Order: sequence, then structure tokens, then C-alpha cells
Amino acid sequence: MQVSDSSSRVLAALLQSRTGQQLTMSRRWRIETALSSVLRERNIPTLDRLISMLIAKEDPFLADEVVEALLNNETYFFRDRTPFDVLARDVLPQLAHARRDQRRLRIWSAGCSTGQEAYSLAMLFDEDRERWKDWKIEILGSDVSQKVIDKARAGRYTQFEVQRGLAIRQTIRWFEEEEDGWTVAPHLKSMVRFETRNLLDPQGARQFDLVLCRNVLLYLCKDKRRQAFDRLASVIASDGALLLGAGETVIGQTEAFAADRDIRGIYRPAALQAPARRATGT
Amino acid sequence: MKRCLIVDDSKVIRKVARHILETLQFQVEEAGDGREAMSRCEEDMPDVVLLDWNMPVMSGMEFLQLLRQSGHADQPKVVFCTTENDMAHIRAALDAGADEYVMKPFDRETLQVKLQLVGVA
Repeated sequence: MQVSDSSSRVLAALLQSRTGQQLTMSRRWRIETALSSVLRERNIPTLDRLISMLIAKEDPFLADEVVEALLNNETYFFRDRTPFDVLARDVLPQLAHARRDQRRLRIWSAGCSTGQEAYSLAMLFDEDRERWKDWKIEILGSDVSQKVIDKARAGRYTQFEVQRGLAIRQTIRWFEEEEDGWTVAPHLKSMVRFETRNLLDPQGARQFDLVLCRNVLLYLCKDKRRQAFDRLASVIASDGALLLGAGETVIGQTEAFAADRDIRGIYRPAALQAPARRATGT
Repeated sequence: MKRCLIVDDSKVIRKVARHILETLQFQVEEAGDGREAMSRCEEDMPDVVLLDWNMPVMSGMEFLQLLRQSGHADQPKVVFCTTENDMAHIRAALDAGADEYVMKPFDRETLQVKLQLVGVA
């Protein structure tokens, strides 16, 4: 099935208006695959017919389903591994020191998709249980897609998903086997909560010590990306940290953050470029 | 270059696994059952064995028990790769000396991470 330029433009406009994200070239290549389930489930014969229905606004829920299908929800536990090693070795010990009086950490997995990143963070804390005993660990996972947040909240994964990124001993330690899948153990679930939220929306008065925003900003145009960095800067503690995806950087994108001088891949609010030196008192 | 012995009675699975492993820079050998795998190990021990559970002649579990009891000092890492995907089988495999466990179906990323976790990739 050939996706015409005019169809691509309609879909791009829809995605942009609903999420602020661009229909990047990599996404254009997978439009056909991404929308095949929508066509099948709704018995729509062709992509052209789907586009016509979108333009005519024949069904108020169709646009929601199309946007959900176009989003890239690829994720797995401990994705890329190295960032989690950096968090465990450098960032979390710093925060443990900086927050030793409050004994509370708030972490945001922004663009968490089906929740594997947020649960991986909970696993990091569980691996070092002695250090974090008596701490209040609050991990928030958010995504613009309601569908993925519902799945994340359920914490139920297929056998294919549950082993992506995890050693088998971790799988049997952190999941309970059920008839039709594997569910995250209750003690991990209690550390994590999920909400549907667009990164570009105002984030309110909340504050986080650490924010992971990996492989999300690359789907935004330059202006929206700058706006997203501003949103992130507004909620990160002055001595907090931002972790981006492996191919992402703040250089040339924003003045709100600067690279940490000592920890590769970690970004700090621009007012404080050194690692955590002062607590916020929050 | 690390050497991997794929032990599976399905030619299709062996072909898929070989393709993935070769892209991960492994030198690959194949065996169709546990007995053939044991013979190959006696000749030249691989670094890692990717092992199916249910096979004719000798099962993956029988092979693993024999291998671990063989007294060879250069024991390979053993990664079960099977459709036996329940907790009882997983625990039995680990108790018998398996290092990792891949539940079929799997993809390249899954296998790559598992091989990294056992220290051969």
C-alpha cells in the first residue's frame, strides 16, 4: 500500500495537533504497518478511506485511535543498560547524599510508553534495598497515550516483553506468573504511579530530583523541543538531573540545561552545572 | 571470536538463531539433539550453548545435567531457549546449572542482552 504525500500530510497534521510530535521520516515508513490494525479492527478497506473519514470527522474516536497507532511505543526493561548503570553508580548516590535529611526522592519517567522504564527504575532501588531502606521513593511515569498508560498501570506484560532487557533471575524475582502473562510484583508497583500527560503542557508546581526523558524529544520540532526543555527545567530541582536518550543532547537546543562536567549523559539545570552540591529543602 | 553451539531439533530455529548470532560476531555450530551436542562439546568446548528443551534422542535438560557433571573445567555458559515458558521449568533449568533462559519467541535484542548478561557478548 503506497502512502501518498497528501495522506501523510493529513496524518502529520493530526499527530502534530494532538501531541506536538512530528511525523518523522522513520515514522512515515511505518505508517502502513502502524495503521493496519486500525483498518482491520474497523473494517476500513483502504488507507485513503481512513483519511477521508478523518477529514470528514465521521467518527470522533477514530482520530484518537490513529494517533495512538502512530506513536512509537518501542521500549524494554533497562533499555540501553548503560544509563541505568550511570544512575546506580553516580547519580543516585549523589542524590542519596543530597537528600539524606528528607529521605525522599521523586523521579519522573517522561514519555514512559508501556512503563518498562519506570519499573526499571523501581528495580534499581530494589536491587540496592539496604541503601534505600526507610526512604520514600516516588516514581511517576507519564505518556501522551492513554492506551500505553493503561498497560503500564496494569503492569502486565507478555512473555516476549518480560524478558526483553532482564536476566531470568530478575524476571522471576520481580514478576508473578499468571495464566496469560507476567505481572509486576506488588512491592515494585507500590513505588510507581502513572498518568496520561503531554510533556508540552504546563507541569504545575510539582518538582523532581531526577527526570528521564529518553527518545521523546527527537520527535518534536525545534520550537516544541525548546518548549519541552523549558517545561522540564521548571520541574527539576536546582541540583537535580536530566537524563536524555543516547543520541540526544541539549547542545544547540536549549540554554535551560548544561551537560554535567563529570557524568556523561547527565544534564543539569543551567544555573548549576556541577553535580549535586545543595539540597532544595523540598 | 566467541563460539556458540546452537542445539535445537528445528532447522528453522537454528537458521534464525544462526543469523542473529552471526550478526553478533559469533562463530556458530549446530547440533540437532542433546547427544550430538555432547559429542561436539567433547571435541571442542564452545563458549556458550543455546539450548532447546524438547528434542529427540536426548533432551536439553539431560544434556545440561550431563555437561555439568562431566567434570570439564572449561564449562560453557548455557542459555536455554525454549517454548517451556512457565516458572517451574525456569527454576528447574537454573537449578540444573543453566545461566540464562530465553522464552520463545524472541528477537535479536533479547538474545543479545541475554548473551551480554552471561558475559559472552
